[in-house]
Amino acid sequence: MKNLIEVKDIKKNYGKKEAVKGISFNVQENEILGLLGPNGSGKTTTIGMLLGLLKPTSGQIFINNLKLENHRIEILEMINFISPYIELPKKLTVKQNLYVYSKLYKVKNIQERIEYLSEKLRIEDLLDSITGELSSGQKNRVSLAKALINEPKVLLLDEPTASLDPEVGDFVRTFLEEYKREKKISILLASHNMSEVTRLCKSVLMMKNGEIIDQGKPDDLITKHGRTNLEEVFLKLSRSKSEFN
Amino acid sequence: MSLTRIYGLFLRHFYLITRSFPRILDLVYWPTIQITLWGFISNFFATHTTYYNNAVGVILTCAILYDFLFRTSIGFNMLFLEEIWSRNFTNLFITPMKIGEILTSLVITALIRSLIGLVPAILLTSPLFGISILELGIFLFFLFLSLYIFGITLGILVSSGLLRFGPSFENIAWSTMFLLAPFGCIYYPIETLPEVFQKIAYILPLVYIFEEARNILINQTVNIENIYNAFIWNSLYFTLSIILFYYSFNAAKNKGTLINMGE
Repeated sequence: MKNLIEVKDIKKNYGKKEAVKGISFNVQENEILGLLGPNGSGKTTTIGMLLGLLKPTSGQIFINNLKLENHRIEILEMINFISPYIELPKKLTVKQNLYVYSKLYKVKNIQERIEYLSEKLRIEDLLDSITGELSSGQKNRVSLAKALINEPKVLLLDEPTASLDPEVGDFVRTFLEEYKREKKISILLASHNMSEVTRLCKSVLMMKNGEIIDQGKPDDLITKHGRTNLEEVFLKLSRSKSEFN
Repeated sequence: MSLTRIYGLFLRHFYLITRSFPRILDLVYWPTIQITLWGFISNFFATHTTYYNNAVGVILTCAILYDFLFRTSIGFNMLFLEEIWSRNFTNLFITPMKIGEILTSLVITALIRSLIGLVPAILLTSPLFGISILELGIFLFFLFLSLYIFGITLGILVSSGLLRFGPSFENIAWSTMFLLAPFGCIYYPIETLPEVFQKIAYILPLVYIFEEARNILINQTVNIENIYNAFIWNSLYFTLSIILFYYSFNAAKNKGTLINMGE
């Protein structure tokens, strides 16, 4: 399988503070990799570096074999991102937002693409609604539509189901599974929802204080640490490490 | 440069303006109030001073020119701030838009915003005060162009600050024009300023633009040197602002401002 994301020994320092301390990992085509860690562990910084919003202090990032440092624009054409902490312009209608982003990503057959995503994400009835007036579940699906508007090869998701009710959360997870299978994209999923990570991810990285403290398949990690689920593994790793820090 | 992407970002702001009647009203309201006020002041001075005897519309014309500068600069900043306020900043900067495309789109949108506000106000001056800014003739175009470039330059400088320092720089966005206005000699000749201030004024394009507007209206002559000087200073400041914007973008990538913007 081809690696769509290759991260080689990246570090990020803010002055004297080391936010990310030389981490390396790969994400293959048609794979969802979970990125776990407590707040401040370096997940968002890592995602920021993958998106080209943050410049690594050292190390290299390759997306689809292109070095991010030298091919930022080409890479941004094939990558996309959602996070509950960023929003689409609230005063525009859903359709206007999707149309604008289609233009920014130079999408061909815009109408078809919007119709396809609207149907898949069940937002057809929302297209003429004002984005700021939608419920959080509806906004989440619209943001997902925006994130898929350019048919990305790589999708970065930062807590994609945070603040969603269980039904919408399940719909989003099912959609992501199917979409990944159909399009063979790579997904990097940062989440605090351990059942979500267990369900979606082939393997996970556990981060703490800017380092990868463990990694592997969810089931293997559960067995290795003698726990019954991933949440217990997460708690064990977070707490045991912190005793020494 | 991709015209599609430039158009896409323009469209984002066009939709925003056209969806909201209060926004359109806001664009038209302030220039109209400003020009009406200066129109009456202008009439008063024209009948009570000898300086403006031959040119009733001098103050009003300068008020219109200054308002165009003000609207262009604030308009550009508003477009940038709009992305921060709506928490759309990160979405925009993870699209494959080049910096040049973002700036070009905002420069065009800022012009349209300014014209939406100013054209109705200019049209009002003729029936209300019997004055037409078109009396400046072809040179009006050069004066407007100079002011537009300087307004955009100020907008880019402030946006560079927003990129580098984050939303806390917002207050500076509103105060830039007020800081420069006294040195611009908008309503009075440069000799009115103390000598130290004159030295500062001479390194700004504004003084040449407003001096020339008065020269054309009062003396009915054209001093090309003023227009030339304005373009020289404008070119210098515009180039510096672009360099600073790129520098701030890179600094923001090091500091992490781009990912935290709006929080």
